[in-house]
Amino acid sequence: MNGVHDMGGMQDMGAVQREKNEPVFHQRWEGRVWGMMWLGSAWGKWNLDAMRHAIERIPPADYLRMSYYEKWLAALVDLVTGRGLVTRAELESGKPAAGSAKATPPVKAEGVPALIARGNPVKRDVAVAARFQVGQRVRGRNINPTTHTRLPRYARGKIGTVERDHGVFLLADSNAHFQGEKPQHLYSVRFAARELWGQQAAPHDSVYVNLWDDHLEPA
Amino acid sequence: MKTSRRDFIAKSGAAAAAMHDLAHAQEPHQEHDHEHSLVPSDPALRVKSLESLLVEKGLVDPAALDALVDTYEHKIGPRNGAQVVARAWVDSGFKKRLLADGTAAIAELGFGGRGGDYLQAVENTPTVHNIVVCTLCSCYPWAVLGLPPIWYKSAAYRSRAVIDPRGVLREFGLELPKDVEVRVHDSTAELRYLVLPERPAGTEKLKEEELAALVTRDAMIGVAKVPAPKPGGRA
Repeated sequence: MNGVHDMGGMQDMGAVQREKNEPVFHQRWEGRVWGMMWLGSAWGKWNLDAMRHAIERIPPADYLRMSYYEKWLAALVDLVTGRGLVTRAELESGKPAAGSAKATPPVKAEGVPALIARGNPVKRDVAVAARFQVGQRVRGRNINPTTHTRLPRYARGKIGTVERDHGVFLLADSNAHFQGEKPQHLYSVRFAARELWGQQAAPHDSVYVNLWDDHLEPA
Repeated sequence: MKTSRRDFIAKSGAAAAAMHDLAHAQEPHQEHDHEHSLVPSDPALRVKSLESLLVEKGLVDPAALDALVDTYEHKIGPRNGAQVVARAWVDSGFKKRLLADGTAAIAELGFGGRGGDYLQAVENTPTVHNIVVCTLCSCYPWAVLGLPPIWYKSAAYRSRAVIDPRGVLREFGLELPKDVEVRVHDSTAELRYLVLPERPAGTEKLKEEELAALVTRDAMIGVAKVPAPKPGGRA
């Protein structure tokens, strides 16, 4: 989706504002939202890619205005209702529907270390042939899906070199829409800064992007 | 004409004030924190209501939520990454393993899991400088650095790090010579990057723990160098 979230290369967003001794969470609710997103995902109703896409779907003006965890809150509401954990009526009343059975949370406090340790395993041990070789010149495909993609706009149509083959990973673009894992090779592709941005860029600088087979074509 | 000009100035003044308020609202909270926490903001109320609903439905365990937040507030943070860096500085075998397979190497120190499943360490040298960004969202190596600071997730950083990394670094106070090669790593998949900064001069006699104390979060993102220890001061 050519959304406002795809920010690489945009200009006039201002100076980078830093904060001294920044706390992990500035307000208590931020940590609660962050944690509910993670613990809620243990129901298997959404994955990290779907969560990212829920944030991307926030209307652009709101996306730019909202704080980081306000966006998480909007995405969490979208996911719990859209994926059937909570009904709209429950959300509005703040109460479970009358007569609904109480579930048992899949992760208890003692299960938290294991949850963290499990991580987000997205590498797949399946035999899929790599379409590209290390050292090969490739081009970011000129695709403009209206759905989730991890191919940033700035790399589309640009020529780079495969620096590393990381093996087979599920494809975020389809996983975000629950349309299967489409396991395929994931690469580090090096793009010369001048290929991306022209002569204004420094001659030896580069940008490394992780891209999947579906994002690339031979150049 | 005069009146309309005055009008215009008054209006632009109001607009500027509104812009200032807006900009201020987006600034990280500092001394006003206390006032803010006394009056719950709208998201605070909405989150409270959502949490009580999810808990009442048995979808989320509030004690698990406490444990998760506590872990990332107190246990998983940039001190983890600093230990990795210090170990790499004193142990060339470890450094080699770290650069070859970051995930396996950080596991030697007991780190891994979420936000570190596939870790790639990239080494800064006198001729190569690495810097990490996530232009599409906020991907960050949680396992070694904890949760990212606000600036890392900001539109300003995400947009500019790829097109003007040297300008961004300058804002962080780091002016790189022209002949240094800048490599920007855009975290577009589940690979996470840890920058292995250069060991500063004058640290030859420091112990591993003293070295770790020198290593900053920003240096491990690649927006700063590790500062040399202050002369005469302890690390």
